[in-house]
Amino acid sequence: MADSQPTLSVEDLKTYFFTKGGVARAVDGVSFSISRGEVMGLVGESGSGKSVTGFSIMGLVDPPGEVVSGRILFQGENLVGADDERMRELRGSRVAMIFQDPMMTLNPVLRIDTQMIEAVQAHEKVDRRTAFERSRDALGQVGIPSPEERLSAYPHQFSGGMRQRVAIAIALLHQPELIIADEPTTALDVTIQGQILFEVQKLCRERGMSLIWITHDLAVVAGLADKICVMYSGRIVETGAIDDVLDGPLHPYTKGLIGSVPSHNKRGEVLAQIPGMAPSLLDVPSGCAFHPRCPRADEACRRQPELYAPVQPGHQVRCIHPHLEPA
Amino acid sequence: MAGAMVELEHVSKRFVKSLDIAEKIVNTFGGKLKEQVVHAVDKVDLAVNDGEVVGLVGESGCGKSTLGRVIAGIHAASDGVVRFRGRDITEMSSAEAKEWALQVQMIFQDPMSSLNPRLRVREIIGEAAQYHGLASADTLDDYVDEMMLRVGLEPSFKRRFPHQFSGGQRQRIGIARALAVRPSFLVCDEAIAALDVSIQAQVINLFMRLREDLGLTYLFISHDLGVVEHLSDRVVIMYLGRVVETAPTEALFKEPNHPYTVALLGEVPRIDNRGRKFTPVKGEIPSPIDPPAGCHFHPRCPHAMEKCRMSQPILREIAPGRYSACHLNEQS
Repeated sequence: MADSQPTLSVEDLKTYFFTKGGVARAVDGVSFSISRGEVMGLVGESGSGKSVTGFSIMGLVDPPGEVVSGRILFQGENLVGADDERMRELRGSRVAMIFQDPMMTLNPVLRIDTQMIEAVQAHEKVDRRTAFERSRDALGQVGIPSPEERLSAYPHQFSGGMRQRVAIAIALLHQPELIIADEPTTALDVTIQGQILFEVQKLCRERGMSLIWITHDLAVVAGLADKICVMYSGRIVETGAIDDVLDGPLHPYTKGLIGSVPSHNKRGEVLAQIPGMAPSLLDVPSGCAFHPRCPRADEACRRQPELYAPVQPGHQVRCIHPHLEPA
Repeated sequence: MAGAMVELEHVSKRFVKSLDIAEKIVNTFGGKLKEQVVHAVDKVDLAVNDGEVVGLVGESGCGKSTLGRVIAGIHAASDGVVRFRGRDITEMSSAEAKEWALQVQMIFQDPMSSLNPRLRVREIIGEAAQYHGLASADTLDDYVDEMMLRVGLEPSFKRRFPHQFSGGQRQRIGIARALAVRPSFLVCDEAIAALDVSIQAQVINLFMRLREDLGLTYLFISHDLGVVEHLSDRVVIMYLGRVVETAPTEALFKEPNHPYTVALLGEVPRIDNRGRKFTPVKGEIPSPIDPPAGCHFHPRCPHAMEKCRMSQPILREIAPGRYSACHLNEQS
């Protein structure tokens, strides 16, 4: 995009959880940046640290978790160590988050209008009437029919897909520059997921909003994102433009993930499964965390590889033996 | 491949919410409250042949799980006939009914809520087998080892409790428990939906291997069309309690007939489908308490005509082995 300064740039972020069982390095040296209007897919399996990365950006990591080092530059301003006051100003107005379960965002005993008007007035001094109109328009934008009437309903009177739309509408109230979406469509049906993806894509295009889409589903990201970061055990193992990564994965883990998704031309064949399972964050293998499951691992993998770009700039991988041969 | 293993004829399952005492009192004073009836499954005909894998696809509330439970014998059908190997299950002798209950096993979505947290894996897998005389107290250990190896679990873990396993391993315990009574037919209800992608692939491969090794027949219930396409020989699409289309997998994915199937296939996210423009199906899935008249899909259908609002299309053969319930097929 034209802007020289990225909307968000995360540099060497480390978020650790100090638990009784030891230190869990949930996010261990993650760096990426997003420009205006860009959609980034943050992909990983459970326990890979993808959600904690999102929470760290929002300043929502609670003890025993702590952002121990690194910088989160939002429009040039470092959010690591920013005081609560400042974070509260930014959260909801310029950076917003959408969660997997919309009931986490919505208060079950308050009507939608109460919650939305409250959200508007939390950041701007406007009267109730204006706040109401803003809320109504936001609901209309995310495709809720007859928004004026629906505003006076309670969350339980909405279906799952509609609730997620309300949550998205609340996130959009202040036209944030960045939205972090944490698996927002995982719990929804296919046709409803399609509707939500359609709305989100439209909003990014029209408003130049940046989006981090956190998911375990490569297929959803494939249709939506411009670039992708694949996480494993708290680290980014591969990142690049969506086509580069999905068409020519360099890391054996990325290749394994793509191979494990059933697709048209592999019907009935044995899927290329990754043996074993993701390690516990309390007991991450030394060196490359993936080496116990990796078919290409050897002695050299016992030391930690750095992110580098063996093929083309922008397509980085953290592996000593990447798949360099053409796929 | 001979004959139908399970056959359903006009099977319906209704759930009735009867009036509570307050509502009855309201009615004695002239209120007009009625019992709420959910037609979870509405006159479904379905046959699963020996050795076949049938994928049952639909969105939440379409009745796919209820249908699976009717087949597995957990729910009794409200109407219609369920036949197992040609025998009506309501007319079975108790010995036959017991045999049927063993032959049909179910695997659930969430292994944590279907495994007893207080039993060790050995008991979970071995209990039913011992009760039904498939293994004696002496041979039980060997029997459990065999089952665990079959699903890819380390037999030395058999003294552990379910909470000591990961999600994928728990699902394997659930599969081992189902296999322990030597069934011929497995009903898998969203059996891999809760697992991580790389673990999903492992379990899908396990299902395919078991099919080859043991000659199992599956009813694979899922909302994930990608997985169903991969595993099934034949696919059945349900919408609001009714079967709208059934076809061999390849034909269905190549040339879907029913507008709902077309819409559903259009929405499946795929890896090789980049930077796509999403063109969503309009509207919500209606409530099964008050489904639209005529064709249930008509309020969301782009081709809906006057007729679709009035009369319900019946499932008719449109090509050999392919059935679809849509009025559009009658015109041409």
